Amino acid sequence: MELAGLFNYFFFSICLAGIYAVMALGLNVQWGYTGILNIGVAAFFQIGAYTTALLTSPDNPAHIGGFDLPGTFAQLVGGEGAFLGQLVGQASILIGLLGGMAVAALLGFLIGWITIGLRSDYLAIASIGISEIVRLFIQNEGWLTNGTRGIAGIPRPGIGLYNGSDFLEFMVLVVVAIGVVYVLIERAYRAPWGRVLRAVRENENAVLAAGKDVTWFRLQAFVFGCTIMGLAGGLYAHFTTFVSPEAFRPDLTTFLVWVMLIAGGSGNNRGAILGAFAIWAVWSGSEFITSAFPVEYVTQIAPLRVLLIGVILQVVLLTRQQGLLPERPPKPLVTDDEAPNRSG
Amino acid sequence: MIELIQLVLYGVVLGSIITLGAIGVSLVFGILRFAHFAHGDMMTLGAYFAFVGYVTIGLPFWLAFPVAAAAAAGVAVLIDQTIYKRLRRSDPVILLISAFGMALILRSLVQIIWGPSNLVYASGIQLPIRIGDLRIKEDHFYIVGGALVLVIGLHLFLTRTTMGKAMRAMADNVDLARISGVNTEKVVIWTWVIAGVMAAAAGIFLAMDTRLHPVMGWRILLSVFAAAIVGGIGRPYGAIAGGMVIGISEEVSTLFINPSYKAAVSFAILVAVLIYKPTGIVGARR
Amino acid sequence: MSLLAIEDLYGGYGGADILSGVRLTVDPGEIVVIIGPNGAGKSTAMKSVFGLITVRQGRITFDGKDITRLPTQQIVRHGICYVPQTNNVFTSLTVHENLEMGAYVRRDNYAGQFDKVYDLFPPLRERRNRPAGHLSGGQRQMVAMGRALMMEPRLLLVDEPTAGLAPLFIDQIFQIVKDVNRLGIAVLMVEQNAKKALAIAHRGYVLTLGRNRHEDTGPNLLADREVAEMFLGG
Repeated sequence: MELAGLFNYFFFSICLAGIYAVMALGLNVQWGYTGILNIGVAAFFQIGAYTTALLTSPDNPAHIGGFDLPGTFAQLVGGEGAFLGQLVGQASILIGLLGGMAVAALLGFLIGWITIGLRSDYLAIASIGISEIVRLFIQNEGWLTNGTRGIAGIPRPGIGLYNGSDFLEFMVLVVVAIGVVYVLIERAYRAPWGRVLRAVRENENAVLAAGKDVTWFRLQAFVFGCTIMGLAGGLYAHFTTFVSPEAFRPDLTTFLVWVMLIAGGSGNNRGAILGAFAIWAVWSGSEFITSAFPVEYVTQIAPLRVLLIGVILQVVLLTRQQGLLPERPPKPLVTDDEAPNRSG
Repeated sequence: MIELIQLVLYGVVLGSIITLGAIGVSLVFGILRFAHFAHGDMMTLGAYFAFVGYVTIGLPFWLAFPVAAAAAAGVAVLIDQTIYKRLRRSDPVILLISAFGMALILRSLVQIIWGPSNLVYASGIQLPIRIGDLRIKEDHFYIVGGALVLVIGLHLFLTRTTMGKAMRAMADNVDLARISGVNTEKVVIWTWVIAGVMAAAAGIFLAMDTRLHPVMGWRILLSVFAAAIVGGIGRPYGAIAGGMVIGISEEVSTLFINPSYKAAVSFAILVAVLIYKPTGIVGARR
Repeated sequence: MSLLAIEDLYGGYGGADILSGVRLTVDPGEIVVIIGPNGAGKSTAMKSVFGLITVRQGRITFDGKDITRLPTQQIVRHGICYVPQTNNVFTSLTVHENLEMGAYVRRDNYAGQFDKVYDLFPPLRERRNRPAGHLSGGQRQMVAMGRALMMEPRLLLVDEPTAGLAPLFIDQIFQIVKDVNRLGIAVLMVEQNAKKALAIAHRGYVLTLGRNRHEDTGPNLLADREVAEMFLGG
């Protein structure tokens, strides 16, 4: 039995670390590819989580929705008892996730439309504002978010392989999500689109001179990144089955994602994933330190973990700014007169 | 009408606090060209230092205040010399990210040392003084007066002392300052000393107006940045005007919108200024 | 003995060498002009004296003391001042504060020096409390030179002082250089306006591709056919 518990803890950790990896990939499109400094990662994460929660949780008179997508869809094809109903209900989770991504993208577009032309440091300042406003909105607009009581009863997808297989099954979903996002943005990175983004990051004026609409490309990258963060939020909502203002610590979430990306290697998608898992290991591993202290000290010792991550960030910045896996931009297309050199 | 005047008064109090923070942000930006994201948490730290002096040790307040300010200045210089100094040759956004990390480090330290709950300098409720229908707390006079003294002191420093002039010269044109023989590293240290003192004062005043809490500084950072940008970042005098604009707008806005959304007001002003007048409302120098 | 001597200097801005074996001397009280085509390393040669480039090989001495690779702040203290071509005033500081910054490293009493500078540049006296950024181009050049003179240097380095100025001001600037020199200050100047510069210079150097090409007295260079064809417009 103990072994099963250990495995479950492992699956649980992979799920959470994986959700952070998705966020790190989203941030990589913004910061790593394009040089957009977004300090409001958590805002898009929360928006995705709440949207997905509203779409898939059962109806609650205390707030608008939930729209119980799985139940509704299952009804359409013969009820939740039937196999087809189960299947369609599970599949409708995807619609919930897409909804979360869409709303995060929409917010990203609105915010980006206003602020994306700003200098990077000004954009960073503006993004704290976004984060703060989203936090306040979730806390205060009870008609939509149920305020501090939060939204419960979000379904955790799964086919019930065996008793207690939830985390294992969810882990598969998370790994698939990472895979899809990875393939998609890795291809984008190697495509001409990614080349333009790198050029924007390195030398905006040269791109302007080449006749490209820099602002439009930056906006695309920003919205793309926000969409991925929204997906991470949706996954998180399904994973925890409950969202509330207290469940999120926006400043900490944003911070962790940043450290993950920088430690892993900005601009390198594998680095982002590696960084997410490595920092998550440190973060959750350090929980054991706090559990070693008597209970009355826990509230004081808990911030030690944040301190540790902060120190890691400074050490990385001082000693290895390129991260564990440095960016490796694809070679420029080989021209004819360079071709002979390749054989040598 | 009375309500409006009352809110403007509160706005001036809040504006005084924000101004002191914004001056530091603006000075650091002027000299080192990066947005100091740990400034809010430096304010928090200063407020807690004063708590130690005033409450824990029991010093008189007039002594606890400068001691806390000096300690905060020391921490600011220490952070600069151990971390930021080594990153000066990097892109300024790397410094910004480092400062963001430093913000979390300071916040955690405050929590580890003083715990996560609210603290106050003096328990009990201070009865407001009534002037006609207006209510003003005694502390409000100290806050506005204290800010005024500090701002005048800063002005004298910047215009009358050699170091102050060197600081303005370096913010204006680093290369020429160096050519003139200015030891730029020394100016950087002085910049942190002043930014640290101002941040501590802002934090202490904020704690007097509300209470001590580990995230108090982070929560007000947006307003501080907004004030610095409205005043024209890199221009410490603009920060005064910016602080007042932001402070008064935030308070007066509560007549029209849910007070919880004060931060949105700063954000709106910030974005509007960035888009329509990126050099700030006070003047145009880039 | 020469006041300034650059011996076989190689160096640049960290990449490939821009100077490849420059030799140059300035005697006390001289006006020396460096001319040459764009990219010849004229300004770089001047910056090398002030510790603003990476010297790879060679030696710079001032008054017999080796100043190669000294930090800029210390070179200032030796009595050399430098007026850059652009951004050479503190625009947000007043004229008077600009002059004060010029005397930043002085620890002695330099109050009298303000009067000397204001006597040299009378328009500055009446504008002393105005921000330098509000002045005209010619007046800014006066502030820039005035700032450098506050140190009472023995050698003044001036980088293309007439660049971007209206013709009316150009003569004024050369007159200022002569006036400064008359105070006993040696001047090393890089100048595009070769004809007028050589006319006031005691000696001149022609640099091409980071090397010495010619070296002669001002009048001789003015008369030289090759120099005339290359730089003086035929």
